[in-house]
Amino acid sequence: MIEPESVEIRVMVEPKSVQIRGEPDIVTARQMVRHMAKDIGFSMTDQIKIATGVSELTRNIVRYTEGGRVDVKEIIRNERRGIEIVCVDKGQGISDVELAMKDGYTTSGGLGEGLPGTKRLMDEFEIESTVGVGTKVVCRKWL
Amino acid sequence: MQTIPIIKIEEFLIVSIQIELHDKLALQLQDDILREVKRTGAKGVLIDLTAVDIVDSFMGRLLTETALMVKILGAETVVVGIQPEVAITLVELGLDLRGVYLALNAELGIALLRRIRRRG
Repeated sequence: MIEPESVEIRVMVEPKSVQIRGEPDIVTARQMVRHMAKDIGFSMTDQIKIATGVSELTRNIVRYTEGGRVDVKEIIRNERRGIEIVCVDKGQGISDVELAMKDGYTTSGGLGEGLPGTKRLMDEFEIESTVGVGTKVVCRKWL
Repeated sequence: MQTIPIIKIEEFLIVSIQIELHDKLALQLQDDILREVKRTGAKGVLIDLTAVDIVDSFMGRLLTETALMVKILGAETVVVGIQPEVAITLVELGLDLRGVYLALNAELGIALLRRIRRRG
């Protein structure tokens, strides 16, 4: 019996990281993510959505914490290609994540679009925060 | 340090953003626009975003605030050239650019500024 030929989907794009220490790193991170999204094969609209989401997340790191890091990689699940963005900071953490995810909520006088807006721009969005330890946001978008 | 040129044509200021704006540069631009409105007595400011592909909540807020500040000085602001992808992203992000006049391109933007001026 002849086995059906299986086409294995492989990761094509190298993972990358950016340290977020200050405001110029926001631009570095979003440009890097945008290029990776393009290389993975995302449409122009999705590239811009992803890069804008990263701009929001990294700005939170710059504004509220001493610094952090963004790790971006190509991912494959159920033969579907996607991008995964992990933002980690060593800030004070968010005491009420549910509240921070509400539209219009902010602690710094901003308009608070950051987190809920970014969630809408991505397909998957997970946030984990421990007061005194920091916050980790994982988001994914699928092709 | 990079700066974004502000050009005066008749009674309007034209600002075309052709480089990736980081936060400091965007704030500097806001300051420069207000100074130029005051210095030249311009009646309108046209901000062209044709070459800008990332407008996040910071940048969106800055545009809204700049338009309001320009209005307080007695002039009006029209933002033109927003790309379709940027429009989609802005709406999903939850930004509505409230209070900012918008037009498809620079030509229509100038026509809009003239109409606002005649009306006002």
